[in-house]
Amino acid sequence: MINQFEVIETNKMVEEYNLDVRTITMGISLLDCIDSDLDKCCKKIHDKIYESAKDLVTTGEKIAKEYGVPIVNKRISVTPIALVGGACCKTPDDFVKIAQTLDGVAKEVGVNFLGGYSALVSKGTTPADELLMRSIPKALATTEFVCSSVNLGSTKTGINMDAVRLMGEIIKETAELTKDKDSLGCAKLVVFCNAPDDNPFMAGAFHGVTEADRIINVGVSGPGVVKKALEAVRGESFEVLCETIKKTAFKVTRVGQLVAKEASQMLGVPFGIVDLSLAPTPAIGDSVADILCEIGLEYAGAPGTTAALALLNDQVKKGGVMASSYVGGLSGAFIPVSEDQGMINAVTAGALTLEKLEAMTCVCSVGLDMIAIPGDTKATTISGIIADELAIGMINQKTTAVRLIPVVGKGVGETVEFGGLLGYAPIMPVNSFSCDAFVNRTGRIPAPIHSFKN
Amino acid sequence: MKKIIITVVGKDTVGIIAKVCTYLAENSINILDISQTIVSGYFNMMMIADMGKAGKEFGEVCDDLNKIGENIGVSVKCQKEEIFDSMHRI
Repeated sequence: MINQFEVIETNKMVEEYNLDVRTITMGISLLDCIDSDLDKCCKKIHDKIYESAKDLVTTGEKIAKEYGVPIVNKRISVTPIALVGGACCKTPDDFVKIAQTLDGVAKEVGVNFLGGYSALVSKGTTPADELLMRSIPKALATTEFVCSSVNLGSTKTGINMDAVRLMGEIIKETAELTKDKDSLGCAKLVVFCNAPDDNPFMAGAFHGVTEADRIINVGVSGPGVVKKALEAVRGESFEVLCETIKKTAFKVTRVGQLVAKEASQMLGVPFGIVDLSLAPTPAIGDSVADILCEIGLEYAGAPGTTAALALLNDQVKKGGVMASSYVGGLSGAFIPVSEDQGMINAVTAGALTLEKLEAMTCVCSVGLDMIAIPGDTKATTISGIIADELAIGMINQKTTAVRLIPVVGKGVGETVEFGGLLGYAPIMPVNSFSCDAFVNRTGRIPAPIHSFKN
Repeated sequence: MKKIIITVVGKDTVGIIAKVCTYLAENSINILDISQTIVSGYFNMMMIADMGKAGKEFGEVCDDLNKIGENIGVSVKCQKEEIFDSMHRI
């Protein structure tokens, strides 16, 4: 039988160290909503999402109450809209109409984000993909809850540099259209290499075409719990350090597994995966950077950071894998800047640069995340940064992503406030040397040699 | 059997256990185990109970116990057992 110390431990994790289930995300396939008539398509999308997810929020709240563990977000991911709208959308504005439909139904069912305003263009771009990409700025400026992602490359296909170039411009335009809100639109837009089909986390969640009609994916959290556990083993060997992270990750993931199974059963929707990511929030003590400091760094970004992050990421996976029957999504440590107080402190102290963050993304999920850069950064420079990051993903057979916010009207030294889970960020300097001629080449970067495994 | 875990944390006063137990008895919730300890100076009690025969729904029992806690000035938390089982047992 459960003993009192185990009960106290679990409840302390929740009450004092910010243990929570970060998100229950329902993936919904919209492939059966395709129609050559835009209005009909929008109606089908609305009806399917509403019918599928109308009980999602209340179910999440019920589970949270039963187990005494907060479930912070309830979200929806849908089939990439470029595939769904291809038959009826002839202009970018047609796609915007679908975005507004998605936003409306997200509000109706009470979720706080809906992901999947997406295109998968890792090898080539269809006319519908291009229309969707061009519609992103307006779609994000005129909606509140819709998140957009574009997969620009993969280990199997290489990198679609034409799309990378276009997305540099789209990010700039999105920033411009939402400049009255500190370019907030860009916080809801992410580009990927090797995007997973079952990621429950925003902004990059979409419901891949390989998935079932509906699915429940769960993202756990718990940086505060790991940090607290590590406080007890200060000065101990790497073996002790790693074992401690592993055991903690196991416990955290078990909570996610339980919640996922329960939600799946209550909603009558199959359980997909648990994503093992350590996802920080701006709350004090809920920080991945603080774990790195606890491992032994003065600030995240100090020499040793990449190694510390590599071991953290690996131990989280090792502990989590056994705790869940199906693991997927991104599953690692997230290192967003604005959403992590420890990262913000590191940037403010001058310990953490964009280049060091790029190195860190080689060993963790996911990538350059929630980084505010000067508003006058050129589109080609953004494309260059994206290409660098995607190359890391392509060569290392991992997911990488870029979510940069060129804050219109602001420069290095200023800060930008997004509010809520998105946090705030100091604007980071960007290498200003030109990569125009590189980015302006057309075509794509071929797949790497190690992709030929057949 | 529907096992629930009830935890009471707060400043020690007369009648905490009595009040919680009375409520459980009135609602046909059977207590299987009780233990208590002091953690960081606070009274800490844990009960394992079976609400298989309870007349009320879990949510309602939870709310009632919260209210009882508020009245005596302690925090009463009620959770299904599975959360602890899955975290601490393989």
